Amino acid sequence: MTTIEEKRTLRQEFTKGLVAENPTLRLVLGTCPTLAVTTSVVNALGMGISATLILLCSNICISAIRRLVPDRIRIPAYIVVIASFSTMVQMLVKAFVPVLDKSLGVFLPLIVVNCIILGRAEAFARKNTVLASAADGLGMGIGFTAALLCMGTIREILGAGTFLGGAQSLLSIFGENALGGFDGFRLIPEGAFLQPMIIFILAPGGYFVFGLLIALSNKLAGNGGKTKAGLGCAGCPMAANCSLPQKEKCKTEVKPE
Amino acid sequence: MKLAFSVLIGSILVENFVLSKFLGICPFLGVSKKLNTAAGMSVAVIFVMLLATAVTQPINRYLLMPNGLDYLQTIVFILVIAALVQLVETVLKKFLPALYKALGIYLPLITTNCAVLGVVVLNVNNAYSFGIAMINSLGAGLGFMLAMVMFAGVRERLESCDIPKFLQGLPSTLIAASLVSLSFLGFAGLAEGIFK
Repeated sequence: MTTIEEKRTLRQEFTKGLVAENPTLRLVLGTCPTLAVTTSVVNALGMGISATLILLCSNICISAIRRLVPDRIRIPAYIVVIASFSTMVQMLVKAFVPVLDKSLGVFLPLIVVNCIILGRAEAFARKNTVLASAADGLGMGIGFTAALLCMGTIREILGAGTFLGGAQSLLSIFGENALGGFDGFRLIPEGAFLQPMIIFILAPGGYFVFGLLIALSNKLAGNGGKTKAGLGCAGCPMAANCSLPQKEKCKTEVKPE
Repeated sequence: MKLAFSVLIGSILVENFVLSKFLGICPFLGVSKKLNTAAGMSVAVIFVMLLATAVTQPINRYLLMPNGLDYLQTIVFILVIAALVQLVETVLKKFLPALYKALGIYLPLITTNCAVLGVVVLNVNNAYSFGIAMINSLGAGLGFMLAMVMFAGVRERLESCDIPKFLQGLPSTLIAASLVSLSFLGFAGLAEGIFK
C-alpha cells in the first residue's frame, strides 16, 4: 500500500491505480460488483463510471474534512459522506439512464459498502492533501473501470456473442438514436454453428473468468518480481478499526501465499 | 404459508446470496479457509441480518415512506447497520463474554459486508411484509452459511493438491467457487415448482 513517507507526484498518484495497484486485480477489492455486474460491457461501464464518480467525490470531501473529524468516529463519518454521494449518483442514474438502474439493481446502492471506496478513504484520503486524493481517487476509479471492462468484454463475447450490446441505453443520455442508433456488434450470428456459452454470463462464469484474470495478473506481476494478489489487511477497510489485538490481527484473513 | 416456504427455499438454495447473487464475496473468500471460522462468521452474519431487518423494516414503513423520504434509504440503512453492529458488540462484551469471544472478531467486518445491506435493500425493493422479510433474511443468512461451510470443505481438500504455481492461492479458490456455484444452478426453478 501507499506510504506517505515517500513523496509522490500527482501523476504517480494517478497512475498507480491503473496497473501497479489496480484495486480489482492487484488488491482484490470490491469483488462483489466485479463479479455481479460484468455480464455485459455496458453494465460494467455504467458501474465503473458510477463508482469512479463516487470515489472521486468522496476522496475529495474526506480529504477536505480530514482535520475536522475526530479519529474515533471517522469510520461512521466517512460512511455518511460516501452514502450521500452514492445516493446522489443513484438518483442521477435513475433519472437519466433508467435502463442501467434496472440492470445494476441492488448493486447501485451497494456501492456504499464497496471496499475500494472506504478503503481509499481509510488508506489514503485521510492522510493526504485534497489534490493528491483526487488524483488517487480518479486513478483507482479508472483502474476499477478498466478491470470491469476486461471482465465484461470476455463474458459478453463468450456468453452472449455480442460486444457493447444494449449500448443505446447508455447513449440515450445524448438523445434518441445517438450515433445513428448504434446498439453494439453481434460477433456470433444467430443460428451459427458456434453458439454462445450462456454459462459465462451466469454466476459460475463470473467466478471462472475472475479467477483466470487474477492468475494472469499474478503471472505478469510475478515476472516483474512483484507479490501476488491476495486478500490481506491492506485490503480490509476495517483493518485500522479491527478489534483484534495487534499481534493476532486478521488471523481470519487469507494471507497471500 | 406457501409464500413463506417458497421465499425460504428460494433464498437458501435457488438465489443463494453468495453463489448466484454475488453478495458477501469478501468474507466468502477471506474467511472460508477453516471450517470453524467459516461457521462463526456465518452465525454472526445470520444474527446481524435478522436484527438489521427487524429494525430497518419498521423505520422504512413508518418513518421514511409516509414522509416521502425514501431517497434517504441507503444512508439510513447503512447507519442503522453500523450502529447495530457496534451496539451488539458492546452488549455482547458486557453481558455474554463467551459469545463475544466466539463472534466478536467477526462483528466489525460485518458493517461493510454487502450481504447485510443487500438483504435489507432487497426486502424493501420487493415490498415484503415484515414476516416475509424476516423469513427472507433468515434464508439469506442460512444460504450464506451453507455456501461458507461447503466451500470451507472444498478448500480444505484443495490445500493438499498440487496446483500449478500461477494458479495457487486466489485463482484456484475462485475456480473452485465457480464449480460450487455451477452445482447450485441445478436448483433453478425449485422454488416455483415445489407446490406443483
